[in-house]
Amino acid sequence: MTGQAQSRPVGPAALLADYAPRPGVADELFDASGNMRPVWDAFIDQLGQLSPEEVQEHFARGDQYLRDAGVYFRQYSADPQQEREWPLSHIPVLLHESEWTGICEGLAQRADLLEKVVADIYGDGQLVRDGHLPASLIAQNPEWHRPLVGTVPPSGHFLHLIAFEIGRSPDGSWLVLGDRTQAPSGAGFALENRRATARIFPDPFPRANVRRLAGFFRTFRSAMDALPGAQGRNTAVLSPGPGNDTYFEHAYIARYLGLPLLEGDDLTVSGGAVHVRTVSGLQRVGVLWRRLDAAFADPLELDETSHIGTPGLVDAARQSNVNIVNALGAGILETRSLLAFLPKISEVLTGEKLRLPNIATWWCGQPSERDYVKANASKMVMGEALSRALPFDIGSDAVLGTAPGLEGEALAAWIDENAAGLVGQEAVTLSTTPRWVDGRLLPRPMSIRVFAARTPQGWTFLPGGYARVGSQDDAAALSMQQGGSVADVWIMCDRPTPYESVLDRMDISRADTGALPSRTADNFFWLGRYVERTEGAIRLLRGYHLRLAETGDSGDASVAEVARLLEALSLDTGKPVNAVIEPALSAARVCASKVRDRFSVDGWAALTDLVYSLEAMSGALYPGDDSARSLAVLLRKITGFNGLVHENMHRSSSWRFLTFGRALERADGAAAALAACIDGDEASIGLLEMALEYGDSHVTHQRRQRFDPTAETVTDLLALDANNPRSILFQVTAMRRIAADLPGAEVEGRVSGVLAMLLTLETDLIVAHPASVTPDNLADIRTALGAISGSLSAAYLA
Amino acid sequence: MQYSLRLSIEYDYGAPSDNARTLVRLLPSDLPGRQIVSSRLLSIDPLPDERRETVDFFGNAMTAIAFHQPIERIAFKLLARAERLASGGYLDLSPALAGLGAEIAGYRDLGPAAPHHFTGPSTRIGAEPEITQFASGFSDTGLTVRQTVESVVAAVHREMRFDPEATDVDTPIGEAFANRHGVCQDFSQVSIAALRSLGIPAGYVSGFLRTIPPPGQPRMEGADAMHAWISAWCGAEMGWLEFDPTNDCAVGVDHIAVAYGRDYADVAPVKGAIRTTGEQSSKQSVDVEPL
Repeated sequence: MTGQAQSRPVGPAALLADYAPRPGVADELFDASGNMRPVWDAFIDQLGQLSPEEVQEHFARGDQYLRDAGVYFRQYSADPQQEREWPLSHIPVLLHESEWTGICEGLAQRADLLEKVVADIYGDGQLVRDGHLPASLIAQNPEWHRPLVGTVPPSGHFLHLIAFEIGRSPDGSWLVLGDRTQAPSGAGFALENRRATARIFPDPFPRANVRRLAGFFRTFRSAMDALPGAQGRNTAVLSPGPGNDTYFEHAYIARYLGLPLLEGDDLTVSGGAVHVRTVSGLQRVGVLWRRLDAAFADPLELDETSHIGTPGLVDAARQSNVNIVNALGAGILETRSLLAFLPKISEVLTGEKLRLPNIATWWCGQPSERDYVKANASKMVMGEALSRALPFDIGSDAVLGTAPGLEGEALAAWIDENAAGLVGQEAVTLSTTPRWVDGRLLPRPMSIRVFAARTPQGWTFLPGGYARVGSQDDAAALSMQQGGSVADVWIMCDRPTPYESVLDRMDISRADTGALPSRTADNFFWLGRYVERTEGAIRLLRGYHLRLAETGDSGDASVAEVARLLEALSLDTGKPVNAVIEPALSAARVCASKVRDRFSVDGWAALTDLVYSLEAMSGALYPGDDSARSLAVLLRKITGFNGLVHENMHRSSSWRFLTFGRALERADGAAAALAACIDGDEASIGLLEMALEYGDSHVTHQRRQRFDPTAETVTDLLALDANNPRSILFQVTAMRRIAADLPGAEVEGRVSGVLAMLLTLETDLIVAHPASVTPDNLADIRTALGAISGSLSAAYLA
Repeated sequence: MQYSLRLSIEYDYGAPSDNARTLVRLLPSDLPGRQIVSSRLLSIDPLPDERRETVDFFGNAMTAIAFHQPIERIAFKLLARAERLASGGYLDLSPALAGLGAEIAGYRDLGPAAPHHFTGPSTRIGAEPEITQFASGFSDTGLTVRQTVESVVAAVHREMRFDPEATDVDTPIGEAFANRHGVCQDFSQVSIAALRSLGIPAGYVSGFLRTIPPPGQPRMEGADAMHAWISAWCGAEMGWLEFDPTNDCAVGVDHIAVAYGRDYADVAPVKGAIRTTGEQSSKQSVDVEPL
């Protein structure tokens, strides 16, 4: 605590003054007899020692962490790029390890049952034949993908990473609300919740007694790498792409686990096997951890309208040539109406009752169940039988029995009419857990998402991490989209738990994540080009506005001359500077957003900062001094970004393509600017000065030449000087060095296309004399650079 | 009746197309008691880099091909000999329409012939209010399922005008029905939507029609290209019966079946994922001669 004047600690009593769980509702903090559960003692005690201001400071630290880390989720809205801050509820949910162990045992049994059910649904179909599953619920199910019937995954298992949504019912027992088997999200967010709460509650006690999360991910990664046919091949995350609401998590978890993040277009099926298109050619994929719904995975055999799939992926799966985690088709287990049948199926298939019951569910397609639902409709939530939405989710079609506005006979008739498409589910009341509201704790409904991963030794569980907490005293408001929030879940042990990292015991060979996918390389290449294009535009615009500031007259000859120069270079001096710069910078950010899994957090932050700075300028800039000063600020920031890239970025293929793109753009920019400045019979001193300024070479020129610039001296410095990082030759040499390191640069002693073109251009520049370089020569150089860009794209980026 | 079949389909892409991976459902198969295929040969030009023969969920022969280099055109040629067996005029053993639901529910199986696949919406056939409305007149007639199917097929045939220029393979059925015109694909998919709205499981069949009719009979519509008709489940006793809504007739010895599915998407003769910017054009010719 800081030594300044403090308001007094809240104190545990005041903290809980308004905390009154509703009667008949279970609560996480207090047991049924109204006593605080011992697992919370230390936590509440610690929280009570903080003053309200300190509490806010602590929470702010967590929020700041999430902002800095770029954690967001996408709001469903008209604008698919809209990102919202992560809605962290700062108070974690605390459960004792002994209770957690019981939950996990029950869920492990359920996971095994789900595996048996999905294997039957895609295999023998015995459950349908024996009448344990209605045929129509499978045949009508959009998640039952016929092309996959009869396919057995190479590992022998459909399910590898699944999640369960669980809640506590009023009697204190736990209940499964839904199964997530398609591509469950949230495990990555759980990690971020944990990192954020660690900043909010930095004191070692009681946090040291919380079970750690990293081991789960390490185990899961090892299990994927050990799948049949995975060894020595790529394991990768398959994402639907940046338009998805949980794309951040895909990128985050890919980076966390050191896996390449791929999209459908990165993959190609050849010879029945799945390959990544990389800068080194096709590379075989052994395991795909898919985060996109099965229907979109293959436009040839699944949803024919999908643009994010890989043609042939189903065929590769059918030939057992790739492990897909979870197997395509496993999403059918999320179907709400299956919950009506699983308890019985458990007894039939395993002879055991479900240790953890699921929410009571009745399918109205059966006469006696339908009658029961009709008789008890007021205590039920009605929903679509084939829906995969969880109870309490927005967009969920579930409504309380009375909600269609019908009662009695009318309701019964409505149920009869829609029977085969309806389920009734018991309207459960979830337990409440503390949420911080206006300076005190209030009880709010919650459910917990539990993640399980298959290992050779059985199911292992992520110990905690992800709870959904409602904003109102109303279970219907659990959804994040509706103001609900997400909390960390602490599984408390009686003694401190050892520190774990996903990295420390990882096999060192995992550092190599395989060759760079072509699409990723393309994004890095264009990121480099756009950032440099932005910088070039800033330099030129600054030159103009500095001159304008000096004369204060846009009609002045020297100013007008520079305005014409910029116009020749497609920069409009009539528009506000931010509007001129914006397109290239936005394009740079779009490229960067597609490679976030491979991009440093600092690099992303620097680029984002640049975008924000530009946005902040909008509208308020006067031509001249005002604009020039703002441009100088942007220039420093972009230099900061380039510094991060140059100083910190690993010299991987990503760096090579980024740097190549930047060098190409810089050489091209220099050639264009120089050509425009030395054009005409007698080059104007003003324009030559401008060229030197653009090339940041004024000081060098003065030191070397000691007289006014001439076309020859400027050309020498900006085109032919091997030691000037702003010269064309310097950048061509830089590209040539990179090209020599690219895969396939030399084949049987002969240099490849890109390298050959660069060597030719470099030699031409080395032997050229400045007096003989004309604007036409410079135009030829630009044409050559265009050809180099095209050749690079064809060879590596397509 | 024995037939010699010749089919040619050519696509011209205008510009080299990348990464062509294609599923082809052109090979006719044996159908126990109904169709015997004594020879079948599908040749593809240029020769694909990959070719694999498989059988899809519904039991259709499926040829998966891939090219590793861009192609500008592709031609499929099918040569086959098939015998279509005559089936007797059936006694109508189908239940009354009102009793069909119970028979479907009692069918506990998910094999390709199960009615459950063909009751609900499928890729190309969703709920179409106008078609549902059109079919609703057949729901309380007291007819058997088979009679109902025949009535619906006849009604679709009456209602719609055959017009090869009016629609293409991607025309939504709602649009085809609203304008009351189309080709065999539209006639069939409209009939299927109508039957499903009545609770009758119905599927889509692609195939061929005898080109020159037997002496004294009119030439049938749809003989110049691949044809399509429907299959309807008429209860546990009768099972699947096939009807041709384009020609308003039962399917008999003049129809040679190639593929069965829920709608066109399941049986499309050539289904491809091709990255091309060029204008695409195609030609098709069919010759079905009795031997």
